[in-house]
Formats: sequence, C-alpha cells, structure tokens
Amino acid sequence: MVPHGVVLGASRGGTGALARLLTSLGGGLMAPLVVALHRAAESDEMLLEFLRKSAAVPVTEALDKEPLLPGCVYLAPADYHLLIEEDRLALSVDPPVCWARPSIDVLFESAADSWGEQAIGVILSGGNADGAAGLARIKEYGGLAVVQEPSEAECAIMPEASLRAVQVDKTLRLEEIAVLLSGIRAPQLR
Amino acid sequence: MHERQIAEIEREALLTAVFRRYGFDFREYARGSISRRIRLSMQQENVATISALQEKLLRDSACMNRFLLSLSISVTSMFRDPELYVSFRTCVVPQLRDLPFVRVWHAGCSTGQEAYSMAILLQEEGLYPRCRIYATDMNEEVLDRAKTGIFPLDAARAYSANYQKAGGKTFLADFYTARYENAILHASLRDNIVFAQHNLVTDGSFNEFDLIFCRNVLIYFNRTLQDRVCQLFHDSLSPSGVLGLGKKETLDYFPRRNDYQEVDRIEKLYRRFR
Repeated sequence: MVPHGVVLGASRGGTGALARLLTSLGGGLMAPLVVALHRAAESDEMLLEFLRKSAAVPVTEALDKEPLLPGCVYLAPADYHLLIEEDRLALSVDPPVCWARPSIDVLFESAADSWGEQAIGVILSGGNADGAAGLARIKEYGGLAVVQEPSEAECAIMPEASLRAVQVDKTLRLEEIAVLLSGIRAPQLR
Repeated sequence: MHERQIAEIEREALLTAVFRRYGFDFREYARGSISRRIRLSMQQENVATISALQEKLLRDSACMNRFLLSLSISVTSMFRDPELYVSFRTCVVPQLRDLPFVRVWHAGCSTGQEAYSMAILLQEEGLYPRCRIYATDMNEEVLDRAKTGIFPLDAARAYSANYQKAGGKTFLADFYTARYENAILHASLRDNIVFAQHNLVTDGSFNEFDLIFCRNVLIYFNRTLQDRVCQLFHDSLSPSGVLGLGKKETLDYFPRRNDYQEVDRIEKLYRRFR
C-alpha cells in the first residue's frame, strides 16, 4: 500500500502559519509533509532554521530523488520546482509558473498524479492564486482538499482562490489542520 | 478505470511512439516533469487528450520540434550558485594548473549560460588558452542559441551580481559588448568552446575529461537513468577528474559512489580517485 502523503502550499503570511502548524503538530506527524513556500530565488537557510525551531519533527530542504519518509517535513529549495515522484522527491528548473519557483501548482499536480486518492493537499495563507489548479487536480483524482479558514489567514487571497476553484473537503483553522494531519494513520511500511 | 490511470497509459504510449518515430527517448525521464511538459504541450497544441497529442506528434514534425524545445529549455543564469565558483577556484583550479591541457564537458548545457560562466572563470585564472570546453545538449535549436553568445541585456545585468559573488575579478560587463537590448559575449570566450549535439540517454562516451559539469539535468531523469548517465560520466572522467552536479543533486545513490571523494559537500563537487 502506498503511504499517505501531504503537500502544503503557502506564500505571503505562510511562513508564520506553517511554523504555527508545525508547533501544533508536535511529534504527531505520521505522513511525509512536502512544502512549497514562495521564497526569493537567492534566499538562504534562514527559513529552514526558523521552521526547525518550531518543529518537533525533522525539517530538511529537499534533495533530488530523496526517498520520502513518514513524519518528515521537506521544504522546496529556493529557485527550484519540487515534485512528487511516487515515493521520492524530484526537482526541476522549468520556467517559473506565474513568477513562482517553487510553484505550488507544480507540486500539487505531481502529488495528484503520483498518489491519487492517497494525496492530501493543504493551502495556507498567501497573496495570489497559486495552488488552486493543483488542489483541483488532487480533488479530481480522489484526494483530500484542505484550505485554511480565510478569516484566520494573514493573507486570505490564496485560500479564497482555492475555495472558488475547488469543492474543498475541509476549511479549517491551523489547530484543526494539525489535528487532521496527526490523525492520519501511520503508513504501512512494506 | 480512473482517469489518472488512463492518463498514465496514454503517457507511456506517447513516449514509446516518440521514441520509435524520432529516436528521442524520454521513457525513463522523471514522471512529474514529463507529465507537466505533456500537459503544457496539450494546451499549446490545443488538443484535449494525451492520445490526440500523440497522433499530432507522430505526423507533424513541427509539433515534435516544439515539444522537444519545451523539454530542452531550463531556466538558469550565469554564475548560478555563485558559491560553487568560489569553491571551484579554491579547491579545483590549483589541480588544473598542473595539467598541460584541460578538457571540460558541460553536459546538457541548454542555452549555454553556465558553460560561458566557466569560460570566464578559466580566463580569469589564466587557464583558458589551454582549455577546451565541450558543451553538449540533445537539442540543436538550443545549441544554436548558445553558440551566438548573446543574452538579453537585462538578464546580463542580473547576472552581474552573481558574478561578483562568484569571486569575479573585474566586472561582468568587461566580458560583453552591449548592443541595443543585447549583451554579446566577447568572441575570445567562444574560441575554446565546442558546442555539439549529444544525447545523454542514447549516446556514449566521446572523450576523456578532467572536468565534467552536469548541473540540474539529472533531476529530469528517473533513478535507473540517473545511474546509467552517472556511469557514462564515470567512463568519461580522467582518473582524478572532477564531477560537478547541481546544488540539490547528489551522487549518494550511485553504486560507484565510493570511487569518489567530496571536494565540496554543499556545492556537490566530487573527485574521482579510482
């Protein structure tokens, strides 16, 4: 059985939201959590260090073809797209999509292709519509579509764009998203 | 059957068809990227299904050229990852000074930005007259662009900051002439670069090299193909040659990993030692 996987996208206001989510999760994360956060092409390790402080689970920057492990958080490196390749990660330097590299849509579409109904897509705070198309594909392929409650988001544009584009399964506050993700059963290892 | 699985069957059929019709083999490319390219190509060609795209690709070679171009364009810059060049100057250049002649292979050079960056560095280090850079790509159209040595002027200005961080000794503008909206690299930089078509998937080793750079190309391949291409590099590398990969790539999964030592762990520079 293919383990569940979670993909998460955010931009403006998303770093703080992700940090709060990781804090709420504590050690309760059982699935791999793969994150595309809009960031400057030349951004450094500061973001990674910041997120590590909030997380009880390991947070790393993705390496190409790295195997996905349950309970680990993988961050898209600056100036690369990050994609899901079955049970591994893959990178690309394809052109930016809507000025974004990493693009949330690229990550989410690859998660839908790879994981189908095992995929969970989460959209947090952000200042544009990236992620809406990807979340729609996750939903179309039978996965679970989750959006942060816009009234809670520092920037509601991204969650609202996803809500307009997709019949989402759940609109939740960060605390509730943490509960949902902790409740995902540990993947059955082969 | 679910749409997702049908699309997967169609993708496999399309890649097989393209290989048999044109000889370009994308069957062992990483699924995520190739799926996305196929999807974009469907929009561009205005077809509704992968099967319809396959039909068009088989019969319309202009459509195939557009598809091939979309698979060959990666967006990079001169002196991408400037720290790599700093490290290269410190850790690799001294070793090159002992060599009578230096052969460099830039595999998958696309539009040539990184090959020219290396030419500039080698010129600054006084090594360029005895260097030859072989810059290869599977696509002749991007090679033609690379050969011109012409970049948009605003891009060249953006590269300047990278050049400085890369330990550049003067100004990037000293290496090109601005004309209208373009930056034209000096002809002396092009003198020792040979641009040639080479397909990493289907072609073999063609020389022995002291340096091989293949940055952000292996990311497009699946694990099986990555190993095969790394073996091709191994067979093409001199006994103490240096292999440079992209910053987020790793040699760690390669079965012959133990034949290499890390020159720079962060910048992914490896030296073969057996």
